[in-house]
Amino acid sequence: MVDLQWLIGGEAGYGIMTTGLMMSKIFTRLGLHVFDYVEYPSLIRGGHNAYYVRGSDEAITSQKKTVDILVSLNAETVKLHMDELAENAAVIFDPSVIKLSVEQFPVSVRLFPIPLLELTKKVEADRLMINTVSVGSSLALCYKEFTVLEKMMQDTFGKKGEDVVAININTSKAGFDYVVENFGPTHVADIQAMPQKHMLMSGAEAIAFGAIRAGLSFAAIYPMTPINTVMTMLVSHALKYNIVVKEPEDEIAGINMALGASFAGARSMVATSGGGFALMTESIGLAAQTETPIVVILGMRPGPATGMPTWTEQGDLRFALHSPQGDFPKVVLAPGDMYEAFEDTMKALNLAEKYQLPVIVLVDKHINESHATVEIDAFKSLSASFKIERGKIVSDQEALSETEYKRYALVEDGISPRSLPGQQGGIALSGSDEHDEKGLYNEESAMRIKMMDKRFKKLDVAILNNEFTGPKLIGDPDSQLTIVSYGSTKFAILDAMRQLKKENISVNFLQVTYLEPFPSVVFNEMIGKAKKTLIIENTKVGQFEGLIREKTGYVFAHNLRKYDGRPFYPEEIVECVKQLF
Amino acid sequence: MATTLQDLNIDYDKPNWCPGCGDFGIWVSLKNAIVQLGLKPWEVVLVSGIGCSSKLPYWVKTFGFNGLHGRPMPVAEGIRLANSGLTVIVIGGDGDQMAEGGNHWLHAARRNVNLTLMVHDNQVYGLTTGQFSPTTNIGEKNKATPVPVVEAPVNIMQLALASGATFVARGYAGDNKQETELITQAIQHKGFSIVDTMQPCVTFNHHNTFAWFYERVYKLEEQGHDPLNKLLAFEKAEEWPLRRPLNEGEKEKVATGVFYKEDRPTWEEGTPQIAEIPLVKQSTENRDIIPLFDELL
Repeated sequence: MVDLQWLIGGEAGYGIMTTGLMMSKIFTRLGLHVFDYVEYPSLIRGGHNAYYVRGSDEAITSQKKTVDILVSLNAETVKLHMDELAENAAVIFDPSVIKLSVEQFPVSVRLFPIPLLELTKKVEADRLMINTVSVGSSLALCYKEFTVLEKMMQDTFGKKGEDVVAININTSKAGFDYVVENFGPTHVADIQAMPQKHMLMSGAEAIAFGAIRAGLSFAAIYPMTPINTVMTMLVSHALKYNIVVKEPEDEIAGINMALGASFAGARSMVATSGGGFALMTESIGLAAQTETPIVVILGMRPGPATGMPTWTEQGDLRFALHSPQGDFPKVVLAPGDMYEAFEDTMKALNLAEKYQLPVIVLVDKHINESHATVEIDAFKSLSASFKIERGKIVSDQEALSETEYKRYALVEDGISPRSLPGQQGGIALSGSDEHDEKGLYNEESAMRIKMMDKRFKKLDVAILNNEFTGPKLIGDPDSQLTIVSYGSTKFAILDAMRQLKKENISVNFLQVTYLEPFPSVVFNEMIGKAKKTLIIENTKVGQFEGLIREKTGYVFAHNLRKYDGRPFYPEEIVECVKQLF
Repeated sequence: MATTLQDLNIDYDKPNWCPGCGDFGIWVSLKNAIVQLGLKPWEVVLVSGIGCSSKLPYWVKTFGFNGLHGRPMPVAEGIRLANSGLTVIVIGGDGDQMAEGGNHWLHAARRNVNLTLMVHDNQVYGLTTGQFSPTTNIGEKNKATPVPVVEAPVNIMQLALASGATFVARGYAGDNKQETELITQAIQHKGFSIVDTMQPCVTFNHHNTFAWFYERVYKLEEQGHDPLNKLLAFEKAEEWPLRRPLNEGEKEKVATGVFYKEDRPTWEEGTPQIAEIPLVKQSTENRDIIPLFDELL
């Protein structure tokens, strides 16, 4: 069995991210299950970057605590990650840059001094390519053939020309050969390549692909970690799919542009993190009041204020649920993996238009920026089975035949057919004031009640239409313990469950997949069957735990919280669970 | 069939501005301009923020979006990108556009979005009963400040010029003929156009009244102003508003008319996705995303 975690560390600006992703893809191409996780400061150059890649021939869904192969491009990396090394871990380093001896380490390690710099010179590559050498060396430590890397360099750099392909192949081959010649191959593991059924996807990519598939026409996104990849993915495919993606002057402009486009009839979305969401909030109320469809991808990171911009937390849950001012219906979906991020984004774009309200897809840095192997076939089938549903949009013909079109007609299901600018006969005004059926401002008591009830009715109808699926119970229903959580904690929880199972501890997982409207009845039914319960969340104050108590009355006896900017590790969950027995 | 003024009237409500409000003049002029240009009412979208003037879209029978205070501009930009077949006009007061929304129109100007911004400039906050605004003159006594206003007013014309607006004009609500002409030209202009209209507030601004303006306004074109000369436009804009207290015996000169215009590619023209067909007319069904998966292997 292979289950190894590779880590490359070095100064920001030295290609750590590219190298890490390359390693993830190598493992993916060898048919392994992969999860990668990256830690980096909010700096362009100079800070410490760490890219963890875990590959296993068994299913895994999370990074783990221990490192089996460490590539240290500088002395700091050894210092910072020494305590993470597994017994007998391999350490790759350049002896001309760092001096290392086995006595320095708290566990027994195998040192692989490799003249990375010298090897770059030998193949006439830039000295910055030491990381590429290290990829070749790393591969040699766990796989016998170089061809997989050669093919990947061709695929990755093919567009940049033969020279670029050649230098990348030569550089990584130099690292591979050096290990084989000086140490012998497959020292750390001997991966048996399997047919590739997976692709490697980040949550941000899943979101962008979901949006593209679901017919997104317009997005206005102000850059912010951790949603930048959503933006860059949309931008890189914008011309192919005719999606207008604009960078606004701020998040207020972003959401208002998206609302304008949506009002005009284009399927629209924005993406942001807590700080940008703070700016958007008033306009989310505007979307609700004018019943203009909008999807907001909210990628959480630790706050308040700038907080820890490149780390992870779930501290914006209540913020997503409760902002801004006023009572209004909204939907908050909470995907926990790449499949759900893809599906929920598609679903969100449908729901926003069908029910003419704001839909928030609540994610975080951990899901957005981590990559996991996902089944290609599963994504193909999710994509194939998806249908765009745009809800009640008045056709040009219907608009023409209107004698007195009412944008906010008080219809039974609360969803008034929406005309679009340009439609003769469909003339209407959408206003942020409370209004009557025609959209004219109106502050009468009876009308206020009718309009409030109409807006909220839409959410009731969505529930009746079974638009929301979940919570999901994963694992054996008769388990001794039920873990409750939502969002990206799913990665570590599922991984912990597999480990616990090996130790004959049966744990199941009640995953809450949407937070507004809250599935109180179903949740209570499901939690009622649990023998013992544990709630896990990435917050200090227990926002999710409090929400469940508020919505269901259920009180948890045990919780596991974390708020240091790091995601949960399966080991932490395993340890916590064991203490409960 | 040609659009008539009657087509633009709604029958279930009427403006509730104070009698004598300058907004009436702009309202009439805007409708005149739409009629003169022969625009179809359903292909016009009036987008406004919050304030007295921002109520205007309620009383013109076109499409309308009455958004948040200060934020109509990005809504309008989104509408233009989604459906470039529409005529989009943003309506806001000096508070809405120069204070809360100041950021947005500067960017719309540099992008050269093909829309028109109409600023109803009464130099005071009316709906909130008389606080000073970013265009209030220095020295005005006001309920929002214990001493007369010390802040220099925003020079909208200069700000527009510096931001890259490609049609810059000032109107006066007391001159419907000129106002109609300016709005007409602004709508016809391909690119970002701004018409800042001096609009006396009869309730809260007892200084900048119709009579006050009547004595001070003059028309740029009557002085042979060349609207293609940006530096000259900047100079003319420097005449008023003053960034200092008025000198003893001094009388302001308020230029009106087209300060500047230029031809520059629009934001929409720089967006190839909408070069041929407006976004809302394009099908998004059955997009094949499977080729994208190749990048993830």
